[in-house]
Amino acid sequence: MIGLAHYLTVSTILFVLGVLGIFINRKNIIIILMAIELILLSVNINLVAFSHFLGDLAGQVFAMFVLTVAAGEAAIGLAILVIYFRGRGTIAVDDANQMKG
Amino acid sequence: MMQIIAFYLFETILIASGALTILARNPVHSVLWLILAFFNAAGLMLLLGAEFIAMLLVIVYVGAVAVLFLFVVMMLDVDFAALRSGFVRYLPFGALLAVVLAAEMLFAVGSWQAGGVQLAGRIAPVHSAASNIQQIGELLYTRYIFLFEAAGIILLVAMIGAIVLTNRPRSGVRRQNVAAQNARRPKDATRLVNQPVGQGVEL
Repeated sequence: MIGLAHYLTVSTILFVLGVLGIFINRKNIIIILMAIELILLSVNINLVAFSHFLGDLAGQVFAMFVLTVAAGEAAIGLAILVIYFRGRGTIAVDDANQMKG
Repeated sequence: MMQIIAFYLFETILIASGALTILARNPVHSVLWLILAFFNAAGLMLLLGAEFIAMLLVIVYVGAVAVLFLFVVMMLDVDFAALRSGFVRYLPFGALLAVVLAAEMLFAVGSWQAGGVQLAGRIAPVHSAASNIQQIGELLYTRYIFLFEAAGIILLVAMIGAIVLTNRPRSGVRRQNVAAQNARRPKDATRLVNQPVGQGVEL
C-alpha cells in the first residue's frame, strides 16, 4: 500500500534535484528559476500528502498559497531577467557583481 | 493495485523529468521536461484525492508559468553553450550537498515513521459529505479569507511589478494623447470662410 513515506520520499528526491539544479547550472539563471519551481512543486506535494494522510484540509489551502507565490516569483524573476538581458546582452549571473556581494 | 501502479508510474516519470529539467543542454527542452514534471505531480495529487490542487497545478503551472518560461527562453538570444561551461566544475560540490541533504531528509522521514513525533490536532478536518473543491471553498472564504485577499494582492503587485520593470519608453512612437484630445475645442479646429464665387478655397 502506498503510504505517506512514499510521497515524502518522492518530494525529497524532487527537492534535492532542485537544489542540485541550482548548483550545477550556476551561470544560467533560467534553469535556476526552473529549479526553484521544482523545489516549490516538491513542497506542494509534501503539503498535499500530509493533508491527505492526516485528514486535514489546511495543507491543500496552503499549497494554493505556495502556488500563488510561485507564480508571482516566476513573473517577477523573468521580468528582471528580461531587463538584465536588455542591458547587458547576456544572462550569465557570474557577471552580476556590481554590488560586490 | 491500480493505484500502486499509477503511483509508481507518476513517481518515476516525475523524478526522471525533474532530473532532465536540470540536466538538459537546451533550455527549451528543460522547459518541456518541467511541463511533464508538473503534469505528473498533478497526477500524484489526483491519487491523493486533491482534485482542486491537481487542476490548479495544470492550469497555473503548465498553462501560465511554463509558457512564460518558454516565451522568455525563446525570446532572448542567449549563447547557452557558454553558460554551461562551469557544469562539470560545480558538479562534485553540488552532488555532495545534494546527497547530504537527501540523506538528512530521508532520515527525518524515517524517524517520523518510527513514531517518535506526535503531531498536533487537526485544524480543518476533512468531512466526507462534500466534494474536495467545495470543502476547500468553504475553508478559503471563511477562515482563510484574509490570506486569500493577501494572495490576491501579491498577484497584483507581481503583475504591476512585471509591467513596470519591462516597460520602457520608446522614441519615435506616436501615442494617443488623451488630454490634448479632450482639450481640443471646435473653434481651434474649424473656421468659417465667407467664400466668394469663382475663386479657389485656400485651406
